[in-house]
Amino acid sequence: MIEIQGLSKRYGNHVAVDNISFTVNKGEILGFLGPNGAGKSTTMNIITGYISSTEGTVKIDGYDILEQPAEAKKRIGYLPEHPPLYMDMTVREYLNFVYEIKKAEQNRKAHLDEIMDLVKIGDVQNRLIKNLSKGYQQRVGLAQALVGSPEVLILDEPTVGLDPKQIIEIRNVITDLGKDHTIILSSHILPEVSAICERVIIINKGRIVAIDTPENLSKVLMNESRLLVRVAGPENQVLKILKEIDGIKYVDSQGEKEPDTIDYIIEAESNVDIRKPLFYALSNHQYPIMMMKSMNLSLEEIFLQLTTDRPSSVEIYPQNGQTETTDAVPKAADEAPEIPETAESTEVAEEALLENETTDNVSEEEQEGQEE
Amino acid sequence: MIAILKRELRAYFWSPIGYIFVGFFLLLAGFFFALSNLLYGYSNFIAVFGNMNVVLLILVPILTMRLLSEERKTKTDQILLTSPVSITGVIVGKYLAALSVLLIALLITGIYPIILSLFCKPPVGEILGAYIGFFLMGASFISMGLFVSSLTESQVTAAVASFGTLLLLWIIDWVVPSIQNATIAKAVEWFSILKRFQDFTMGILSLEHVVFYISFTVVFIFLTIRVLEKRRWS
Repeated sequence: MIEIQGLSKRYGNHVAVDNISFTVNKGEILGFLGPNGAGKSTTMNIITGYISSTEGTVKIDGYDILEQPAEAKKRIGYLPEHPPLYMDMTVREYLNFVYEIKKAEQNRKAHLDEIMDLVKIGDVQNRLIKNLSKGYQQRVGLAQALVGSPEVLILDEPTVGLDPKQIIEIRNVITDLGKDHTIILSSHILPEVSAICERVIIINKGRIVAIDTPENLSKVLMNESRLLVRVAGPENQVLKILKEIDGIKYVDSQGEKEPDTIDYIIEAESNVDIRKPLFYALSNHQYPIMMMKSMNLSLEEIFLQLTTDRPSSVEIYPQNGQTETTDAVPKAADEAPEIPETAESTEVAEEALLENETTDNVSEEEQEGQEE
Repeated sequence: MIAILKRELRAYFWSPIGYIFVGFFLLLAGFFFALSNLLYGYSNFIAVFGNMNVVLLILVPILTMRLLSEERKTKTDQILLTSPVSITGVIVGKYLAALSVLLIALLITGIYPIILSLFCKPPVGEILGAYIGFFLMGASFISMGLFVSSLTESQVTAAVASFGTLLLLWIIDWVVPSIQNATIAKAVEWFSILKRFQDFTMGILSLEHVVFYISFTVVFIFLTIRVLEKRRWS
């Protein structure tokens, strides 16, 4: 449906997008992930024909965006980063205008009513757009992209600036739309991407650093097992004991987090369960284990690993990547019905959601979920 | 294109800009009409145009300043440029909207010659010629304003720059007497918008002048389209 070949965009010496190629199949939801300034919006602007590429081609359903722009653009609905709204129009007037410039052929009233119903803006249809809240404006932006029933939707950070309830609603709308649309969606929010998207592209400094399903991306780096262990006892003694245990690749002391204890990050060789030997070794020396957590890489950490030059630094893990082994399972079971999109996604995606509790959006979402 | 024309026209009259333009245009036209024709019982309506062209010079930048600069600032150009409408369609639609506002104002002033005709026999040909000339001049002013508006994101910059450019075109023939080289003097004089308009007010409907105004307009609309194209490619 969308074919992108060798796409590059240069501004003078600055390379914004560097030789990107990928295809999106019909009916697929593709996530576009990357830090600020990575080239996400630029790529989307090129795909939709807002700006031209320096090199490379974009084909929508076989139509080249530069050579047959009218045909290609008719098939695209685009929600840019800032929704392109005319503040001096009412919602209905605006959608009427969009209907006209998109040369849509559906029955106008029925079509616009259906869209307003879908994104739930029917009750504000006669209000001026400038008087609407950010969340409603974002929805009007989404409605605008849907006018004319384009087969391809390009959504640049569709949930930015929304409150948690609206985020969930918009995600549901997108998931629904994904059934009969081809969607490219960009986001900063990793759980969102892993919850909605079937495939993820991670982009950094204009280059694609990874393309895969969210599950596979997590698997790549998950065969290593890491433990965060809190032990009561003198640091040098404990370190000595730990280093004697077979199968431990690496130990890093995290310092004192609780009085008279030291936290350690222990990395085991792949496919070795070191929890039992660890317990016996420490109990032999009467150094009690106060806490033991397993640490899997979340999508967020993969993202950081792929998009930062330095090798993954250990500081990241205690803050972002904690999953209590004992808690994870019941928690996931509790949460799953409350966050409907995750029902479709895999366990890993759910884990990624849960693991990122520190991310504002997710924690808000969870609160929201409980309210409901 | 029609959709864009309709939207722009409505935008003019949802915001104060349309009313300011038409209102002040009519107020000042009425003022000059009352002053020169009614109070002094002078039957030459064309004198009003002589004063109104300065008014047009000041009012056109107000009409054109937001046409493209605002779209760029609020990023609404994204919906226009990613829709199946071509850039030419967008620009021409916007241009025609501004031109329609001028036409509306100009048509309303048509009652003044009708009032005059109650008292005397005004020269219909000359007045029509002056109307055509005034409209064509306004059309080229608007194309210039549209072009300047495409260069900037700020409405104020667009208004001031359009006014400056139009004023320069207006007074360009003042330098003609001091240019020694005859060819350059002739070339500079060729650009004088005012001189051509004066021919219209004398009842001369010269094809040369009509072609000048129309090609001036077409060139600036074309340049505006190029500016937008160029921005996509840079």
